[in-house]
Amino acid sequence: MSSIAMALADGAVIAKRNLIKIKRVPEVLIWTTMSPIMFVLLFAYVLGGSIEVPGMSYKEYLIAGIFAQTVVFGSTFTGAGLAEDMTKGIIDRFRSLPISKAAVLIGRTASDIFYNAISISVMSLTGLLVGWRIRTSIPEAIAGFLLLLLFSYAVSWIMAYVGLKVSSVEVVNNASFMFIMPLTFIANTFVVAETLPGPLQTFAEWNPVSALAQAARELFGNTGTMPTPDAWPLQNPVLYSLLAIAGILAIFVPLSIRQYGKAAAR
Amino acid sequence: MIRMSGVVKRYGDVVALNGLDLEVPRGQVLGLLGPNGAGKTTAVRILTTLLTPDEGEVVVAGVDVRSEPEKVKQRIGLSGQNAAIDEHLTGFENLDMVARMYHLGKKRSRERARELLEQFALTEAADRPAKTYSGGMRRRLDLAAALVAAPPVIFLDEPTTGLDPRTRLQMWETIGKLVAEGSTVLLTTQYMEEADQLADDIVVIDKGRKIAEGTADQLKKQVGGERVEMILADLSDLPSAKEVLRWLAVDDVQVDEGSKRVTAGVAGGQDDLRRVLQGLAHYDVEVVDVGLRRPTLDDVFLSLTGHATDDDDKPANKDGAPAKKSKKKEAAR
Repeated sequence: MSSIAMALADGAVIAKRNLIKIKRVPEVLIWTTMSPIMFVLLFAYVLGGSIEVPGMSYKEYLIAGIFAQTVVFGSTFTGAGLAEDMTKGIIDRFRSLPISKAAVLIGRTASDIFYNAISISVMSLTGLLVGWRIRTSIPEAIAGFLLLLLFSYAVSWIMAYVGLKVSSVEVVNNASFMFIMPLTFIANTFVVAETLPGPLQTFAEWNPVSALAQAARELFGNTGTMPTPDAWPLQNPVLYSLLAIAGILAIFVPLSIRQYGKAAAR
Repeated sequence: MIRMSGVVKRYGDVVALNGLDLEVPRGQVLGLLGPNGAGKTTAVRILTTLLTPDEGEVVVAGVDVRSEPEKVKQRIGLSGQNAAIDEHLTGFENLDMVARMYHLGKKRSRERARELLEQFALTEAADRPAKTYSGGMRRRLDLAAALVAAPPVIFLDEPTTGLDPRTRLQMWETIGKLVAEGSTVLLTTQYMEEADQLADDIVVIDKGRKIAEGTADQLKKQVGGERVEMILADLSDLPSAKEVLRWLAVDDVQVDEGSKRVTAGVAGGQDDLRRVLQGLAHYDVEVVDVGLRRPTLDDVFLSLTGHATDDDDKPANKDGAPAKKSKKKEAAR
C-alpha cells in the first residue's frame, strides 16, 4: 500500500472510532446542534424586527449567515476531540502504533464532516420552519451545501492545530469562542457589511466567513433584489471561499501534522 | 533486545535523563525503579519512539529507534501509566481498532480482539463500553491492547499505579504469565515489591541516572542483613531495651524516640529474635511490636538515594488534567 492509501485506511479506522463515540454520547451532538437553532430563533424573532436588509426579508437573509457561523463553530468539535484524546493518553497509544502520522488527523477531520452535515441538516429544517426557502436549482443547492461542508472541513484543520497545541478541552472551547465569535460576527452573516464602521467594514468584506455566507445566499437564491456588494470577495464569493479553503488547508494540514508529531513531547 | 546507552534528554534547562544506560536481554524482565520524577517515563517514551533523545544510542528489537522509528513501532507494545483506552468504545471495539492499526486485516483483527478478551478474562464485558469497567479491567484491557500484535518487546509503564492491593495482585499474576511466555519486558514502577515480584533484574534510577543495578537479592545485600526492630510501649524502658539489643547487635543500636522504635542489625536470625524476647521478658520491657525485618527494596532505595520514594503526587488519575501536571513535574525535576 502506498503511504497515502495507508494514511487514508488508518484514518478510516479512526473516523469509525469517532463516529461510535457520537453514537454512544449523543448528548454532545444534540446540545451542540441546539445552539444554531437558538441563534435562528433569537435573530429571527428577537433582533429580526430591528435589523433591516435591503431588498429581502431578514429571515431569509439570516439563515445563510447562520449556516456559515455554524460550520465555523462546528470545528470546535475537532479541537476539543483531539484535546480530549491528548489528555486521556489515547494520542500516545496511537503514536506508538505503526500508523501514518496524518491518520489521526485525517480520521478526526473526516468524522467531523459527518457531525457538520448533521448540524447543517438540523439548521436547514429549522430554517424551513421559520420561512427560509431554497429558490434555485437542486445542483446549485447541493453546491451550496458542499461549499459549507468543505469550508467546515478546512476550519477543522485550524482547530486541530489549536487542540493539539493547548491540549485541554476547556481551553479549546474558550479559545475558539474568542476567535470564532468576532470572526463570524464581523461579517455579513447577521448584518449587511456596508452598515459596519470603517475598518470593520473592510475586515468584514475580506473575511472568508462573509464570502461563505454570501456564496450560500447566492447558491440558495436568498439574495432577493439586494444590490451586489462593492468588494471583490463578495462579488466572487464562491471563488473567494474556495481560495480561502485552499489557503487554510495549505497552511494548517502540514502545521497540524507537525504539531501531532511533537504533541507528546510535552 | 532493548538497549540504550548514554541517553540524555533535556527539557529546557532541566535534565530528565542524564546519560542513562539500560540493557535487557531477550526474554528477560527489567524493572526500572525510581521515584516520581526520576525519569522512568521519559526513558519509556524514548524507547517507544514517542520522544527523541538529545544524545545517546537506542536500539529496540534490533532496530535503531532514532533512524527507523516506524519499524520499531511494529515490534513493540506499550501499556501506559494512564490506561490509554477509549472509554466510549467497548472492550472489543478498542482491541479491534488497535488490531486494524497494526494492519492485521478486518477478519484477523476481530479474531485477535476476541482471543485477547478471552485471555484477559474480559469476554463477559467485551461488548460494554470501557467506561463501565473497573480500574483493574481497564488496566487489563490496556495491557491487552499492547499485546495485539504479539510484539517481542513490551513496555509497561507503571502498570499498577493507583490500583487497589487486590487488583494489583491480579495484575501481577497477569504480567507474570506474560513473562513466562518469553516476552522481553521493561517495566517501570515506584513499588519495590512489584520489581521484586516481576523483574529478573532491577535498575534503580534517580534524577535521570542509574544509581544501582542487580537482582533484588543483590540489591538487598548491599544494604546489609536482617534487623531486629521493636516499638516500645513506654520510653522509660529505653535503657533496658538498648541493653538487650546491645548483646546481639552487629552494629550500633538505633533509636528513634519519636516513634519509640529501637532497631539493631543481627546475624543470628530467628535465634537472635528468641533471645531478644527472653531479654525483654527478663527486664520486664513492654513492647507494642517486635520482629525480625529483612531489608525491603524500599530500604535499598532509601540507602541508595538518601531519600524515600515519594508518593505525594501519584499520577494515576483518570481525568487526565492532574496526570498531565504530574508528568510535567516529572519533566521539570
